Amino acid sequence: MKKSWWKILTIALLTYTIVAGLLLDVPRLPILNETIRALYFHVTMWFGMIIMLVVAVIYSIKFLRTNDLRNDDIAIEFTNAAILFGVLGIITGMLWAKFTWGDYWSGDPKQNASAIGLLMYFAYLVLRNSLTDVNQRGRIGAVYNIFAFAAFIPLIFVLPRLTDSLHPGNGGNPGFNAYDMDSNLRLVFYPAVIGWTLLGTWLSVIRVRLKRAERKIEDKLINQL
Amino acid sequence: MLQQIRTLILKELTLEWRQKYALNGILLYVVSAVFITYLSVGAKQGNIGVPTWNALYWIIILFSAVNAVAKSFVQEHQGRQLYYYMIASPESIIVSKIVYNAVLTLVLALLGYLVFSVILGNPVQDQGLFLLNLVLGSLGFSACLTMVSGIASKASNNATLMAILSFPVIIPILLMTIRVSKNAIDGLDWSVSVDKLLTLLAINAIISATAYILFPYLWRS
Repeated sequence: MKKSWWKILTIALLTYTIVAGLLLDVPRLPILNETIRALYFHVTMWFGMIIMLVVAVIYSIKFLRTNDLRNDDIAIEFTNAAILFGVLGIITGMLWAKFTWGDYWSGDPKQNASAIGLLMYFAYLVLRNSLTDVNQRGRIGAVYNIFAFAAFIPLIFVLPRLTDSLHPGNGGNPGFNAYDMDSNLRLVFYPAVIGWTLLGTWLSVIRVRLKRAERKIEDKLINQL
Repeated sequence: MLQQIRTLILKELTLEWRQKYALNGILLYVVSAVFITYLSVGAKQGNIGVPTWNALYWIIILFSAVNAVAKSFVQEHQGRQLYYYMIASPESIIVSKIVYNAVLTLVLALLGYLVFSVILGNPVQDQGLFLLNLVLGSLGFSACLTMVSGIASKASNNATLMAILSFPVIIPILLMTIRVSKNAIDGLDWSVSVDKLLTLLAINAIISATAYILFPYLWRS
C-alpha cells in the first residue's frame, strides 16, 4: 500500500486533466477556438512519449553495460508504452488538424516526421521479434534502440524547424507559450504531462512484472526436465 | 589503428575486385533502374520537371545503396568473421567498412548521375555543389546503412529487415540531400544551402559517432 501513492496520483491527475481540460476556461483565439484544448491531450501525450523513450534509451545503455536482462525488460516495455502514446498522439493531432488546417493529413513536416518516427519504433519491434535468443534479442535490440534514438532526435526537433510548417512552434508560428498569457493553460498542461507519463510508467511496470513472472515460470519448467 | 583501417579497406577492395560479379551486378542494377524509370515516366529528353528528376534520382540512389551495402556483413563466412574478430579491433572494422561503402555509394551515385544525364537530360546548374552534396550524402548513407546491415545480418529474414530498419533512420539524411540537390539544380547561391549542408554534416556526424560507439557491442555478440 505504501508504494501505491503514485498510482493514486496518476488517477487524480488524469481525472483532473479530463475534467478541467474540457470544462475550464480557455483563451479565445481566432481559428483555434475551442480546439486549443488539444494542447492538454495531444501535446502532453507527446511529452510523455519523449520522456518514456529517453527512459528506454537509458535502460538500453544500462543493458549493454551490465548484460542484465532486467534492464532490457524495462527498455522494451517503456518503448511499448511510448509507442502507444505516439499512436494516440498522432490520432489526436490528426483530429486537431482536421478542425484547424482542414485536413486530417496535410503533409506538414512535423506530421510526416512523427509518422516516420513511429515507423522507426515499429521496425524496432519487428527486429526484436525476428531474433529468437533472449540475450541476443536484448543486445541487438538495445543497439538499434540507441541508434534509432540518435536519428529520431534530429528528425523530430531539428528538421521541422528548418522548413515552413503550420505546426505551432515551427516556421515562425508561435508555440504554446505565446497562447497561455493568462497561464490558465499551464494550470492543466503540466499536471497532464505528469499524469500521462505516470500512466505510461504504470503500464510499463505491470508489463515488466508480467514478463519477469513468465520468465520465472519458464525457467522452472525447463529445470524440471 | 590507422594501419589496421588501411589494411582492412585494401582487403575490401581486393575482395570486391576478385568477386567482380557483385560489383558488376550492382552497377547494372543502377543502369536498369534508371532505364525503368525513364520508360515508366515516359519522358522524352528534357521533358521531365526538375523536382521529379531530383526525386527519381535520389530514390534510385537510395535503393541501389541499400542493395550494395546490404551484403557487407553477410558476404564473408562466419569463420572468417571470427578471424577478423581476433586480429582487428571492432572500431577499425566499422570505420573501414563505412569508408569503403561510402566510396562504393559515391561510385554508384556518379554512375547514376551519368546515366541520368544521358537519358533524362542534365538540368544541374551548379555542378560543384551537386558533387559536394553527393559526397556528403554517400558518407551519410554509408554510415547509416553499414550499421543497419550489421544489425540485420544478426537476424534472419535479412532483406526485409534491412529495408525497414534503414529507411526511417536514413530519411533525415535523404531529405537534406534532396533539398541541397534541388538548390544545386536551380543554381542558387551557396549561401542558401550552407545551413542545410551544415545540418547534413551534423546528422552524418551523429550517425557515424553512434555507429562507432555501438558497433563493438554488436560485433561481440
